[in-house]
Amino acid sequence: MASLGSALLALAFLAAVTAGALALAGRGDERRLRISRRVVYAFCALLTACVAIIEIAFAGDDFSFSLVAEHSSIETPSGYKLAAMWSSQEGSLLLWAWVLSIAASAALYATRNKLRELVPWATAAMMGVAAFFTGLMLFAPDVNPFATTSPVPADGVGLTPLLQHPSMMIHPPMLYSGYVAFTVPFAFAIGALVTRRLDAEWIRATRRFALIAWAFLGFGLLLGARWSYTELGWGGYWAWDPVENAALMPWLLGTAFLHSIMVQEKRGILKVWNACLIVGTFSMALLGTFLVRSGVLQSIHAFGDNTVGPYVLGLIGVVLIGSTALIVSRLDDLRSPKRIDSLASREAVFLVNNLLLVGMTAVIFWGTFFPLISELFTGEKASLAAPWFDRYTTPLAILLVLFTGIGPLLAWRRISWESAKRVFRVPAAVAAAVAVALVLFTDAGDKPWALALFAFAAFALTGLAQEFWTGAAARRRLSGEPGAQALVGLVSRNRRRYGGYIVHVGIVVLLIGVAASSSFQTNRDVDLRPGESVVVDGRTITYVKPTVAVDEEKFTFGSLLRIEEDGEVVGYLRPSQRFFRPTGQETGTIGSFFAGEATSEVGLRPGAGSDLWIAERPNIAAVQRRVRAADQGFRACIQGAPGTPEQCKALRALMLAAQSNPSLQAGALEQITKLQGLAAERVARTYLTDTAPSTFKVIVDPLVTWMWIGALIALAGALIALWPARGRRRGALVRTEADARKEAKYREIRDAELDHAAGKLSDEDFAALDAELRREALEILDRENGGGAKAPANGNGPHPREPEKIEQS
Amino acid sequence: MDPQRKRKIRLVVALSVAVLLAVALVYTSFSASTEAKEPSQLIGASPGTSYEMTGRVVKGSIRREGNGIAFRVVDRDGKGKSLPVTYEGTVPDPFRGGREIVLTGTVENGTFVGEPETLITKCPSKFTTKSDG
Repeated sequence: MASLGSALLALAFLAAVTAGALALAGRGDERRLRISRRVVYAFCALLTACVAIIEIAFAGDDFSFSLVAEHSSIETPSGYKLAAMWSSQEGSLLLWAWVLSIAASAALYATRNKLRELVPWATAAMMGVAAFFTGLMLFAPDVNPFATTSPVPADGVGLTPLLQHPSMMIHPPMLYSGYVAFTVPFAFAIGALVTRRLDAEWIRATRRFALIAWAFLGFGLLLGARWSYTELGWGGYWAWDPVENAALMPWLLGTAFLHSIMVQEKRGILKVWNACLIVGTFSMALLGTFLVRSGVLQSIHAFGDNTVGPYVLGLIGVVLIGSTALIVSRLDDLRSPKRIDSLASREAVFLVNNLLLVGMTAVIFWGTFFPLISELFTGEKASLAAPWFDRYTTPLAILLVLFTGIGPLLAWRRISWESAKRVFRVPAAVAAAVAVALVLFTDAGDKPWALALFAFAAFALTGLAQEFWTGAAARRRLSGEPGAQALVGLVSRNRRRYGGYIVHVGIVVLLIGVAASSSFQTNRDVDLRPGESVVVDGRTITYVKPTVAVDEEKFTFGSLLRIEEDGEVVGYLRPSQRFFRPTGQETGTIGSFFAGEATSEVGLRPGAGSDLWIAERPNIAAVQRRVRAADQGFRACIQGAPGTPEQCKALRALMLAAQSNPSLQAGALEQITKLQGLAAERVARTYLTDTAPSTFKVIVDPLVTWMWIGALIALAGALIALWPARGRRRGALVRTEADARKEAKYREIRDAELDHAAGKLSDEDFAALDAELRREALEILDRENGGGAKAPANGNGPHPREPEKIEQS
Repeated sequence: MDPQRKRKIRLVVALSVAVLLAVALVYTSFSASTEAKEPSQLIGASPGTSYEMTGRVVKGSIRREGNGIAFRVVDRDGKGKSLPVTYEGTVPDPFRGGREIVLTGTVENGTFVGEPETLITKCPSKFTTKSDG
């Protein structure tokens, strides 16, 4: 199977190269382009087969694959066997290439009837990246996922228990899908730059991919944070670790990109900025891949293998230099005659939020790479800790929340003073009221940053609520629908806008959780004996009794804790630490049963107000002393010391026999392991009668639940924004560029009507804007209708015209 | 004001803000950073300075002491003299003898005193772990 896999991988590499070359050679030739597209589909099919072979090997415990032998074992739970692929470097590379092949196929399928000039170059760019990663697996040392071992081991090493957590199964694929999906907008941007087709076509074609990438990356970050919170036993969700930062940076730049492309779509400006942003985002995504694998920075995630780091760094170099040269050479085409009309406009606020996001990324970049920078200048590697990151990112995040609140309240182009007063009145009043209430009734006044964030968050949330309210009211007036129906209609007819607003709600709620839990956290380490209690933040925590559990693969030492609030028992928590038996190695002593990995199982009592989080370091010193004694006893026993029980004598006889007869060795070893296992269990259970104090880490995290809830709201908003509009679902993918252009213009007209009805555009401004938009829409229609014989503006050949599917509201 | 000039002024203001931020960034990062050292470089180091120490925990050297733990570390390559370390607070799950750790702290009387909450234990390379972000 492994050799079949290698062959398929080699074929996939050839397919990637061929597809790219064919696309470039087939520019302007419909037939060749079609073939190149099909080769990309074939590339995807080949990699799918490769992934299937690897997964079948994992599922079937085929330890002739080195990958399987080193990252799985017979005892590994079957769900984790399938996820073990991406716990390795070679498996991760395969995942990267495979996800890219899917994204590339989807992008080319979606654009198969449009962007004929641009697509060949985009195909070449995507397949170039694909060939790079596929080639890496084939030609770089030690990263072929189909490498084999000989002789075939009887069992594998196993997957580290720390990673045996549900969110770890999907966290890496989510992050990778995020990283990889940014390749699509990047490749189309390259195509647009090369062919000088620099209007919003490439953005319209790839906006969805950018949003999908952003959502995947965000979800991946969320899962990582959740895993850290519940599994790592330190009670935090974010540590400014280099690898975390590496995933956050492309997400921040991607956020900026998603906003500024709207400005280009609507107003035809910020073209250079958008081109730079997508190049930056993609480079950051590659950097994320590189950092995990390079070992250049000290990180909890950086591991020993660094075989592909230099290659990825090379690719980043090529991407950066090539793209910069391309952008510089196209500067004249990228300049727009239009300008931002007014600072009091939505596009101006988008620009400010872009600068804040890019500034934040720059801070994080500097902090992350500071060890290298400092070594360069001072010769000493020095690193920056969380407080340094917090000092800069906190004010930037607070300003972002403020502008998140301001942006949606403004109209495109300009807002009149009268309208501004009308839309800002309520949110500003609510923000002020919340700030005053917080100072009067809570201790938020001691933390000015947190207070500012809460006030701005109140402003933003009220502003967003007002948007939904006035939007629904305007729709009710325009269409006559009743209230709730008008709201649903409003969101479903303007998914991009209101989906985006829901994302804003989620992010603001998330930041409230972050601010509250980081500023007002209570964190205590306490030593308790069974029966003792401690009071933390008004809750009485009593260590009722120690607990022990023993099963096939681990010993669990833990405790039963009683939680009381106001004298009433509100619940019990059972924190514990698990000690995994080492797999895939010979056991020598009873003590070795306790020598494997250890993981914490946190006792968590989530609440809307605050989470109670308790991790335990069980005190197993006494158990370990007894283990040592038992080991001595066992040794004495099999050495035939006086007074040994019958079992020992039998075992000793068996061992002596095994020394001269190798066929008995396996049986003897099994006997010893079994006896030692029983002894280990017996000793472990003595923990129940121990009275030594265990260490508990008790954290009370206010509002932290809202962080997770906010993230889920944001994800839901992204899904709404992604969902194809009603009635176009089937036709969505076969639309031509001319249709897309027309539809975008209709949407603008609708937006302007809504803004006017919601009171954001004065009658005068609206009349001017509406007239201009309608004129532009007519131009598009004229060009299409008048050009029956002529090819449409952007196509190279005749293509089937779709029936009108545009809905107008 | 003529729009051309207005744009220029805006650009100058924006650039100045960016430069100011950059200077603040550079200045604070050099003053707030802690030097990274290996244990052998810290033997006999002057007290009072904060260091980020990266080393390997000596097997069998970990014991409980008061509210925390005490252990010894050697350079990452496993060579050189070992340095005694004390650390208060709970340790990460993967922490044990033979593992690589990163710890921030100061040297007092020849002992490296770790700051609470700064202990990072790397996952063992034999489990070349996930490609996490």
